Amino acid sequence: MSRFGFTITKARFIDYESNDRRISEYISEMEPSFLRCIECGCCSATCTAAGFTKFSLRELNILIKRGENKEINKTIRKCMLCGKCTLVCPRGVNTRNVITLAKEAYQKAENHAV
Amino acid sequence: MSKNVIVIGGGAAGIEAAGQLAMAGYPVIIIEKGQEIGGHLLDWYHLFPDRRNSVEVVSYLNDIAENRNISILKNRQTEKIERNKGNFHLRTSAGDEIEAGAIVVATGFDLFRSEKKEEYGYGIYDNVITSADLEKMFRAGDILLKNGKAPSKIGLVHCVGSRDEKSGNLYCSKLCCVTAVKQAIELREKLPSSKVFCFYMDMRMGGAHYEELYLEAQEKHAVSFIRGKVSEVGVAHNGSLVIKAEDTLAGRPIRIELDMLVLMAGMEMSEGGRKISSDLHLSTGSNRFFSSIDNHYGSNLSNENGVFYAGTCTAPMSIPETISHARAAATEVIRYMKNTGK
Ligand code: SF4
Ligand code: SF4
Ligand code: SF4
Repeated sequence: MSRFGFTITKARFIDYESNDRRISEYISEMEPSFLRCIECGCCSATCTAAGFTKFSLRELNILIKRGENKEINKTIRKCMLCGKCTLVCPRGVNTRNVITLAKEAYQKAENHAV
Repeated sequence: MSKNVIVIGGGAAGIEAAGQLAMAGYPVIIIEKGQEIGGHLLDWYHLFPDRRNSVEVVSYLNDIAENRNISILKNRQTEKIERNKGNFHLRTSAGDEIEAGAIVVATGFDLFRSEKKEEYGYGIYDNVITSADLEKMFRAGDILLKNGKAPSKIGLVHCVGSRDEKSGNLYCSKLCCVTAVKQAIELREKLPSSKVFCFYMDMRMGGAHYEELYLEAQEKHAVSFIRGKVSEVGVAHNGSLVIKAEDTLAGRPIRIELDMLVLMAGMEMSEGGRKISSDLHLSTGSNRFFSSIDNHYGSNLSNENGVFYAGTCTAPMSIPETISHARAAATEVIRYMKNTGK
């Protein structure tokens, strides 16, 4: 890899070379509406959990897509599955199912099943 | 075979197409549902991107309409259109019967009815207005809240009724981003002590000089652009409007109190257009606008011989695009009339 004229610590990268996007692929396959998200933040604006704690479904979606799987596990349990996000999403993403699948996929990944 | 051409709709597209046909010697009958020609231009104050007064464009259209080959039937709608061999027979709501060899459909668009997006509170909260309402205020000269005071914090909500599955419109209306930028600048000019915020999903500044206008709004008028779709609007204890949105670039929810909210209503296939599409069996797309037989080189051609499209009945278009599209429609009509010996 060519050298840039500056240094950047490894943790800054979203590492497309090594990130594991199997969770993202699993969700997209089971719930194709996941692919329609445009990161508009309407879901996170209206989210019940976001009012109390640092949690953004929009952010979660992008982290899943990028394969930032460590981050996902930290936050996903904050969702209460109330479904308000599904009601407002302009792209018709079945957000609640995305979260359920993400939890499921994460569990499977931990057990090396995905 | 009749040499007449019927133009349905007396907005920018209809008048421009009529003018070109009249100059080529065809008698044109325009059917306009309103009292005046000019369509939506009549309700708009200044046009983007150069903020020209719309009155100038309306007077351009009125000059065209003076052509003696043009007759305009106002306050009428089409009631029935039938095809009889090569000719069309049209009856208006006032009972006029017209024969013509070709029809130009220039039925334009309707603005999305913002009350349908109930969570934004249009028609419920006093100071939630639409982009069209704001243009009327600009025309009247005063930007005022319901209580008669001037607003000091104003939010502009992009994509109302566009790019929204919940509104049934997946498409982008293309012109509301630049409208928001134009209106934001004009608000700052009229109310220099006000703060103006635009809530957007993407800034679509594709037309000539749109991006420059955006830059001007940032640099000269300190308009704040916040990337996040507004999900709901409510009212705080003190009566100001509160919105729910995430500042997606900062990754955190926003808390903001506003005096006035302006909804950037999208463009939809007009009701008049829908009626004609069923009368004449014209195909429409998934966006409900008329669909032409070829997207690249036949955007004025309908699936019915002798029926042509001009302007925003086919898709959202700016005024210059509408004028060009209408001129192209006239070219197609003339070719058709010549080929069919009219
Ligand atoms: S509301 Fe829908 S499109 Fe917007 S960020 Fe959430 S999931 Fe994505
Ligand atoms: S289902 Fe979860 S992410 Fe969606 S609004 Fe409810 S708490 Fe928030
Ligand atoms: S032009 Fe802008 S405001 Fe209008 S629909 Fe497109 S993205 Fe939304």
